This record gives sequence, structure tokens and C-alpha cells, in this order.
Amino acid sequence: MATDRQLFDFLLRLADNDLVLAQRLGEWVGHGPVLEEDIALTNVGLDLLGQARLWFAYAGEVEARFAGAGRSEDALAFSRDGGEFRNLLLVEQPNGNYADTMARQFYFDVWHQLLLVKLAHSCDARIAEIAAKAKKEVVYHAERSADWIIRLGDGTDESQARIQAAIDDLWMYTGEMFDPDETETVLAEEGIGCDVRTLAPAWREVIGSVLDEATLTIPAGTSMQRGGKNGVHTEHLGHMLATMQSLPRSHPGAQW
Amino acid sequence: MERSEWPLWEIFIRSQHGLAHKHVGSLHAPDAEMAIKNARDVYTRRNEGVSIWAVKSADVTATAPSEKGPLFEPANSKIYRHPTFFPMPDEVKHI
Repeated sequence: MATDRQLFDFLLRLADNDLVLAQRLGEWVGHGPVLEEDIALTNVGLDLLGQARLWFAYAGEVEARFAGAGRSEDALAFSRDGGEFRNLLLVEQPNGNYADTMARQFYFDVWHQLLLVKLAHSCDARIAEIAAKAKKEVVYHAERSADWIIRLGDGTDESQARIQAAIDDLWMYTGEMFDPDETETVLAEEGIGCDVRTLAPAWREVIGSVLDEATLTIPAGTSMQRGGKNGVHTEHLGHMLATMQSLPRSHPGAQW
Repeated sequence: MERSEWPLWEIFIRSQHGLAHKHVGSLHAPDAEMAIKNARDVYTRRNEGVSIWAVKSADVTATAPSEKGPLFEPANSKIYRHPTFFPMPDEVKHI
């Protein structure tokens, strides 16, 4: 039987993936390659931030059931340290160049969409509801990032070299997406979560066909990095959080 | 490195069923498909549209300002072309 603590942990993973990636995309504001792209990428970031809020709000309610009081969305986002974040290592990787950003987005979007399709049938009504809402946005994200992979891959020699390098560099962070731990296993067994291992074939198929069309090579590496779900992060997360959390931490309760 | 601008596209959006597409502005995009996607993000963030057209700006043929006189002025003196000489019944709305 899944405990509320496990459910809380599971919700934090969903929320943190969205929040951390939204923050990364926000770093592009004003730096996009062209105005249109700047706006488009920011829209994706804002979609993810909106989803993060829904997951955090629910997580706070679940936390209240076992901890007496649940934290607010802001407290969960801005007052936790890196070790308490439960996001995948993939989403905290730095923006790099535009190919790096798009490769990270593409790997995540395709997985995110598959996951939300499953979670939309969760027997936890609240999870099903949030997933169904988020899914609509993420379908568009996945289309958009696939478009960019194809254009960069099948573009100039320069763009192809850069996107191939990005696809290769980030590959080692994709294994974690399909590697369930005890929390996920328990929740999947009860129909609340989903067995992430079952997402792998569909993910590989989409990734394979898009990379193929983009005239890119699918990475063959099998050595994968893990740890994000349990709070063991790459060195990049701490720096990102320092920026993201500096204002609410130096001026607690600040409003404007 | 050579840096060439993406082509410019004119964007038309139909705001609701039954109304015609209306020009809303222009944007840069590498190709037609991305022009539609960019238009979605630039011009329909507040639920403005149900349909988008993108047309390459280079494909639009426009009148030249210098031709304004011969093209449009002759119509000025032909007020009988305006349907303003008929009394309209009060019951008829939206004319």
C-alpha cells in the first residue's frame, strides 16, 4: 500500500521536472536566436511552470496529510535545497547552445508526453485531471522540438555537427527516465503512477524516427547517469537554484 | 560565418468561425511550417484564433504609393456608387 509520503515524493518529481526545465528555458529570455523563437521557447517554459504549480499545489495537500501541515507552492519551489529536488538529471543540464537546448527538450518532451498519456488514466482523480490538462500543451512541445531536431540535423554542416554532438552528450541522462525505483514501482502497481519501463519502446521509436529523418545517428551508449529522483544531482542544479531562489531567500515573503 | 536572415512571412488569423482571415502582422521563420508554429506562439497566445495562414511576404503583390492617384482618386467623385440614397427601414439591423 502506497503511503502519502510516497505519493508526495512522486508528485515532487513531476513538479520538479517542470519547474527546473521552466527555469532553464527562462534563462533564454532575451537571448533567443530570433525574436519569434525567444517568444516560442518562453511559451513552452510558461506552460511547464503552470504545470509545476498544479503538481506542487497537490503535493502540498498530500504533505498536510502526513506532516500535519503542507508547504505552499512557493515554499516547495524556493525553500528546498538541491538535495531535496527530485527532478531528472536531464532537465537541469545547462542550456549550452541552441542545439543543446533543443536536444534536451526533445528527449524530455517525447518522454513527458508518453508519461502524461498514461497518468491521464491514473486512478488518483487529481493526477488524472492534471495530466490530461498538461498533455494538451506537451503534445505541442514535442512537435515543436522534433521540428527543430529535423531542421538542425538536416540543415547546414555546422548545425548538423552541433545537434549531433548535443544528442550524443545528453544521451547518458535518458536512461533515468525509464528506471523506476521503489516509490514508482509501488505507485505503478496501485494504478496511481505508471510503470516507466513500458514507456521505453515508444520513446525509442519516436526518437529513432525523428533522428532518422534529421539524418542524425542514434547514440549507442548504454552507460547511464542516475540519481536525480533521489536528490543526487549534477553540479549544475545548485548554481541554477542559487539564481532561482536568491530573491525569495534574501527577502522572505517579498511581494510586489 | 555567413549569417542570412530567415524569410519574412505575413500572418493571417481567423478569429472565430464565420469571419474572414485578417492580417495580424509579420514574422521571420525558416519555412512555412515553422511560420505557422511561430505565428501560433506570437499571435494566438490569448486564444485569438481558430485558423492561421502564412504567406511569404515576397509573394504579396502590392500597389505602389505613387499609383495612389490614378488608382483610387477617380472613385472619390462618384458618390452615386455608395448605397446611401435608399431609405432603410428601422427594422433592418447591421447594414
